[in-house]
Amino acid sequence: MFGILASIVDGVLVGSVYGLAAMGLTLIWGVMDVINLSHGAMIVAGMFGLFYLTMLGVPPYAAIAPVLVAGFGLGVGLYWIAVHRMIGRPPLMSLLATFAVNMVLIGLGTAVWGTVLFNVPVTLPGISLRGYTFTGTHIMAAVLTAVIAGLLYLFLYRTRPGKAIRAVAGNREAAELNGIPTTQVLALAFGLGVALACISGALIATLFPFTILSGTAYQLKSFVVTVLGGLGNPAGALFGGVALGLLEGLLTPFMPVSWTTVIEFGVFVIVLVAFPGGLFGFLRRARSR
Amino acid sequence: MRLGETLRRPTFWLIVAVVLVFTLLPLRGNNVGLREDLLLAAVYVTLATNLNLMIGYAGYVNFGNIVFFGLGGYLCVWLVNTHAWPLVAAALFAGVIVSLVGLLFGLGILRLRGAHFALATIGVNEGVKAFVANFTPWGGSTGIYLSIQAYQPLGGAAQALWTIYFLLVAVMGLSLALSYGIKNSKFGLGLRAIGQNEDAAIVLGVPTRRYKALVYSASAFLPAVAGALFFFKSAFIQPDDAYDLALSTEAIVAVMLGGQGTLVGPALGAFLYEELRSTLLTAQAFSNFQLVIAGALLLLIVQFVPGGLMGWIYRRWPGMKRVLE
Repeated sequence: MFGILASIVDGVLVGSVYGLAAMGLTLIWGVMDVINLSHGAMIVAGMFGLFYLTMLGVPPYAAIAPVLVAGFGLGVGLYWIAVHRMIGRPPLMSLLATFAVNMVLIGLGTAVWGTVLFNVPVTLPGISLRGYTFTGTHIMAAVLTAVIAGLLYLFLYRTRPGKAIRAVAGNREAAELNGIPTTQVLALAFGLGVALACISGALIATLFPFTILSGTAYQLKSFVVTVLGGLGNPAGALFGGVALGLLEGLLTPFMPVSWTTVIEFGVFVIVLVAFPGGLFGFLRRARSR
Repeated sequence: MRLGETLRRPTFWLIVAVVLVFTLLPLRGNNVGLREDLLLAAVYVTLATNLNLMIGYAGYVNFGNIVFFGLGGYLCVWLVNTHAWPLVAAALFAGVIVSLVGLLFGLGILRLRGAHFALATIGVNEGVKAFVANFTPWGGSTGIYLSIQAYQPLGGAAQALWTIYFLLVAVMGLSLALSYGIKNSKFGLGLRAIGQNEDAAIVLGVPTRRYKALVYSASAFLPAVAGALFFFKSAFIQPDDAYDLALSTEAIVAVMLGGQGTLVGPALGAFLYEELRSTLLTAQAFSNFQLVIAGALLLLIVQFVPGGLMGWIYRRWPGMKRVLE
């Protein structure tokens, strides 16, 4: 019994990191109605960023700051290359554009690194309880996720650029009329979304080994999380991440890992069809009724 | 559309000509190399043309279009292998079943629009792939291998390869005919109304839910049959080949390259893309960069020529709109 509980707690710890990744995805969607299909490549970029920084001798958790800055720069660059012309066009076009970016990046990455397994060795003491050990890195990742989510909240609600992002998300024309430089704000939001993806990638790299192709799996997890939490809702993304982690933790003791994927995608499609506004949004509306 | 009118359209004769060229060209001098090349081209044309029913006509991007191809392949190989069905019956049966599954999926996920729908199709693809990888009657992650005996009813392996090739060319021809028929029907008009503005289409009385589910199902049938034939030919099938996201992607690139929403475009795009790909694959330096090039191509098309090749031709020579649909 305690074993199942331990598995669930661990699932929630890891799930919160998935929530962080999904936050980046959902922020971009909320602001500019673009689903970033290069999200997985961004997560992998964060992983490799952390890997090379630790190779240079930077302590893993200190490497997160430069990963954030580089991720932001990468995001702003990508916005101008691939996304800017897609704003206001049918969703098909932005999906294809970001998808194309993903193909190029993953293709180049595969040519350079192959599909070898990489690993960032991080040692942190865990917490042992009644014969079960909660891994130190998992706890640290969840704590950092909470800190970053808090900082994102402060940025979006307490600073001028953050408020500008929310204004543009709410109504782009009205924001433009009020003198907000919407194009710069869109680039900022895209950069922020990609930065979040990169940080989450760096955190995931401290938990599990990875390859250049790992991005796909985490991108899909981000989709599942976003759909649970409702597209365009950063707080919902965190909720969705925890919910997914809970589900994974609950299923792991009972079935082989390969089957959990089937169930995840089953849940994904069912939630998407039954609650297009996200489970989180649905629960919130139900409560306020 | 009446038969007489169909016979007067140049596009109809173009389809006939393409099928004839595909049939006759490799027969000259028993050219097996050319046959293999054209076989792959026929598969790409089939996939792109059917995907275009969704992307080009209804305006819905289906990232999981390869599900149909893979499921069709699995069903057929399984029926031939464990139940000793004849190939053609198994392939047709696979097509019908996949089409019905598509109808069921379609009624569910086509309530979603735009980006939500695109996400759902990725979910369906991954879900089906993960399911098949765990499904023991279909060999789980190792897949199914056909024994050489399976080719006996077709007159041995060498003869069977020719038969499969002609069947695939027929499937390609049927795909083009289907695309042509839908484009020139009331159904096709309704689909294009959905693609332009779905809300307006509803107001004008287009039964959007039914039309979308129908076109999703229709776009499943021939890719499933093609998958059945293709994997029968390869003599083995495993989840990673059957649900290859790269092939799904390449079909999208082909549609966009040729020009979504036109009849000739996706087929032309598929053919050109396949030729480009096989050239690149044989050039040693490029074999690793196949997806990079496809991606860069897609990015450029989406950014600068969203109408694809046909869009460019139509702008240059507006009269071509009536000749090449």
